[in-house]
Amino acid sequence: MTWCGGKPEPAFDAPWHAQLFALTVALNEAGHFGWPDWAERFGATLKAHGLAKELDGGEDYFNAWLETLEGFLQDLGLAEAAVLRDLKEGWTRAYLNTPHGAPVHLAAGEAAG
Amino acid sequence: MPHDHADHPHSHLPSDPALRVKALETLLTDKGLVDPAALDEIIDLYQNKIGPQNGAKVVAKMWADPDFHAQMMADPMPVLREMGLYGRQGEHMVFVENTDETHNMVVCTLCSCYPWPLLGIPPGWYKSDAYRARSVRQPRKVLEEFGVTLPEGQKVRVWDSTAEVRYLVVPQRPAGTEGMSEAALAELITRDSMIGTALAKEPGLQEGGA
Repeated sequence: MTWCGGKPEPAFDAPWHAQLFALTVALNEAGHFGWPDWAERFGATLKAHGLAKELDGGEDYFNAWLETLEGFLQDLGLAEAAVLRDLKEGWTRAYLNTPHGAPVHLAAGEAAG
Repeated sequence: MPHDHADHPHSHLPSDPALRVKALETLLTDKGLVDPAALDEIIDLYQNKIGPQNGAKVVAKMWADPDFHAQMMADPMPVLREMGLYGRQGEHMVFVENTDETHNMVVCTLCSCYPWPLLGIPPGWYKSDAYRARSVRQPRKVLEEFGVTLPEGQKVRVWDSTAEVRYLVVPQRPAGTEGMSEAALAELITRDSMIGTALAKEPGLQEGGA
């Protein structure tokens, strides 16, 4: 394990980490859930994931974050699992239908379905 | 990087979690629960504007100004509010000061609670199981791995951050810094020194030594 103090690191390693972080902060600020409730749930997910392997605080940390947010929003009735699954499939098709280099829009994944 | 095979003319498909985040964002935006512009603003803030330089400014002022120091140790919140260093995950700050007797370090054993307004987004190692579990059980060992060896007689106190209370370590002011400006002092105060996994830099040492 390297702790690596010296050079400045980017705040987020991947764009989706940043997006996920921002979504969670925005939902908290809009009053959809309190931060202590969020932290408790997130801590529980980390603990569950950490049983199988030692988490490195990078990608696996945000995977746990994502799973927590999806579950929390389902419990709150704000994001239904089936709708999320459809949207994810729609985005997947959109990427596959969009020529490399062009901006990807969800609509590109809808027509094919 | 190159992704221009003739048989794969479509866009590069993001990872599974990245697509799930896109799905969430689409749904929450469609429902009017989040505003994409607000999301971009949050990202920009933490990526480019908020970072350990905020905490360093405060600690440097504490080193230089005894009245300010006393205020921060008693109740930092009114001052932080005034300085615009209040907000998300910094609503209740406690400053813990290193002395010859005690070295402080901060962890969050639950998840990764961290004083965003003063230090920005935590580094990967702060969020790792290795740090979260071991800093409580074997703080000296962890400190050694960070290259910090404390004198025998100096105790280590570990503070467990929560969603309600966040701690910031005030490192000891290095010798030979008398008369330095606050701005010059702030240069010595690293992120890790405010988490407690490093000491403040010695004056005259150049960047990159850590």
